[in-house]
This record gives sequence, C-alpha cells and structure tokens, in this order.
Amino acid sequence: MGSALALDPAVLTLVAGMALVTYATKAGGLWLVGRVDLSERAEAGLDVLPGAVVVAFVAPALAKGGVPEWIAAATTVAVARKTGNLLLSLAVGVGTVLAVRQVV
Amino acid sequence: MADTDTSRERAATDRDSTNETTPRSTPSSERGDVTFTLAGVREGFVTGFPVAIGVAGYGVVFGVLAGRAGLSVAEAGLMSATVLAGAAQLIAVELWADSVPAITVVATVGIVNLRYLLLGAALRPWFRHLSPRAAYGSVFFTADENWALTIATLRAGSRRGAFLLGSGLILWGLWIVATVVGVTAGDLVGDPAQYGLDFVVIALFLTLAAGLWEGRESVRPWLAAAGVALATNAVLPGEWYVIVGALAGAGIEMVTHDG
Repeated sequence: MGSALALDPAVLTLVAGMALVTYATKAGGLWLVGRVDLSERAEAGLDVLPGAVVVAFVAPALAKGGVPEWIAAATTVAVARKTGNLLLSLAVGVGTVLAVRQVV
Repeated sequence: MADTDTSRERAATDRDSTNETTPRSTPSSERGDVTFTLAGVREGFVTGFPVAIGVAGYGVVFGVLAGRAGLSVAEAGLMSATVLAGAAQLIAVELWADSVPAITVVATVGIVNLRYLLLGAALRPWFRHLSPRAAYGSVFFTADENWALTIATLRAGSRRGAFLLGSGLILWGLWIVATVVGVTAGDLVGDPAQYGLDFVVIALFLTLAAGLWEGRESVRPWLAAAGVALATNAVLPGEWYVIVGALAGAGIEMVTHDG
C-alpha cells in the first residue's frame, strides 16, 4: 500500500493526462460554439439542451430502479413543483426512498 | 414556467450582438449585463452546498475504489483536485486497477467526458458576456450537478455569471475532502445505499427537471431524450446514453422548429 503521501510518477502522468483531457472537454464546448454563427434553428436546439441532458441522464437511472425509487421520484417531483425548494425536495426524496425500501 | 419569454429575448439578444451596427443605446437589460461578482460566487456557494454534500457521498465511494486500485491518499486527492469529473474518475481507477495502459485510460476519460462539450455549449448565452479569464476559469469547476443548478438559476432570470464558480468551489472542496476520507477509511465505509445517498443525484436531477419544464414545448424534446437515452443505455456501455439522448432531444427540436 505504501505511504499515504506516496506519489508514483506513472500515476502522476495518468492524473495529468486525465486533467488535460477533462478540461479540454469542459472548455471546448464553450469555445467551439462561440466560433460559429448559430442559426435560429440551432439556437432552438441549444435552448432545449439543458432539459434534454437532465432527462437523458435521469431516465436510465430511474428505469434501473425499482418501486422505492419510482415512488421517491414522484414525491421529489411533486415537492419540487409545489415548493421550488431544492433542499426540501432532496430531503423528501431521499427520506422517501429510505422509508419505502424498509417496507418493500 | 415563464421561460419561453426569456429564451425569445435571448435569441433576439444574440442576433443583436452579431450586428455591429446596433446602436449603443441598446438597453443594458438586453445585452452584456451578465455579472461576475463576489456576491454571485457566494450565492452559488450557498445554493450549491446541499448538492455538494450529496456529491461528497460519491466522493467517498470514489476514494474507497481509488484506494483499492492502489492509489495513495495524495494521488487520489490530487486526481480529484485536478480532474473533477466523478464518473470519469471512477472508470479510470477501475481500468487502472486492471493494469490497462495509461493512454487507454486517458482516452476513455475523454469519451466519458464528451458530454461536457454540450454542457459548456449550453452556458454560452451567458458566458459569452464574461471575460475569457472568468469564463474559461469557471468552466474548470463544471460538474453535472452544479452545471445543472447554474443553468436552472440563469434561466430563472439570474444574471450572476459567477454562480458556476461559486457552486463549483464548494463542490470541488467537498469532493477532495470526501476522496481523502474514502481512501483513508477504506473498507470501514459500507454500502452508500443504506443511507439513501445513491438516490441524491437522481432526486437532484428530478428537481432540476421540474424547474426546467416549459410545459407543452418540453414534451417532444424530453420524450425523445428519455427514449433515446434508454435505448442507448441498452446497447452501448458507459455514459454514452447521456450525450446521445441529449443530442436526440435537441435534434428533434431543431428539426421541428418552425421559424
């Protein structure tokens, strides 16, 4: 295992490579889209992109889940729609999933 | 939500700014008034705190896996501090543990992170008004969670361009701390599911979806995104479903856009 502070050159190279590639993807989208003149059609696509990313991210995760996750998901959305309070809907969602897992 | 009006305004703003002859008298509310202030950093920091706590749960998991892969506390902490990409880091240490060559690991990290291109592109309407230093410095702190929070906040009418940086700083700090805790604690940590931590990110994205919902206009792109994401997840490994599903949602909107 070695010392907690050990720094292996091979690992450092890997970390540096990962950091560079990751930053390139984070900055690349902003940079690329700033170079090109966007049509109104492209703007419309860009406009729905955030929602589309969120939905694409969450759909398979929910499909993989079971009854506790689905009930908790419905509760989370209901609280979010009703209150618009992030912390509250997170707390209710996690609380619900824990509670339902006890009984299912 | 009343988001439709904002987006039309924004489209109009973008057209204005490409036209160099636009009179200087354009009201400041229509262009260039995205700020980058300490107040914005603070708001992002405070609003992002509960989200960062949830992400920290995954940071502990990452730390445990990194330790099992043979990384020291310093190595894992350094990776979290300089990379800041949860899914990519998890996949990287799993591959590394199986003695996969560094080049392949880095290439895989790039593919897993491709979705950040889309996240960065979506920030453009606001970040194009910031200085390059502020914009390109801030995007380092992009993670799925604080990006989504930032987009939701900006779309709700906030002009605080420093929100991404503020929410990213708290997430970054807790991500590093959680990594160190995970490597150190190792096997002492049990299954995160027993605390419901596995559901935090799902709950977060559902909450954000509720905020991004624009009524009937969202139905078609969202159905396309969800359907294609599910299909992609069934046939392709890794995180491809996010990028393919999101592109399908944006694509259907572009194809059916009337104007």
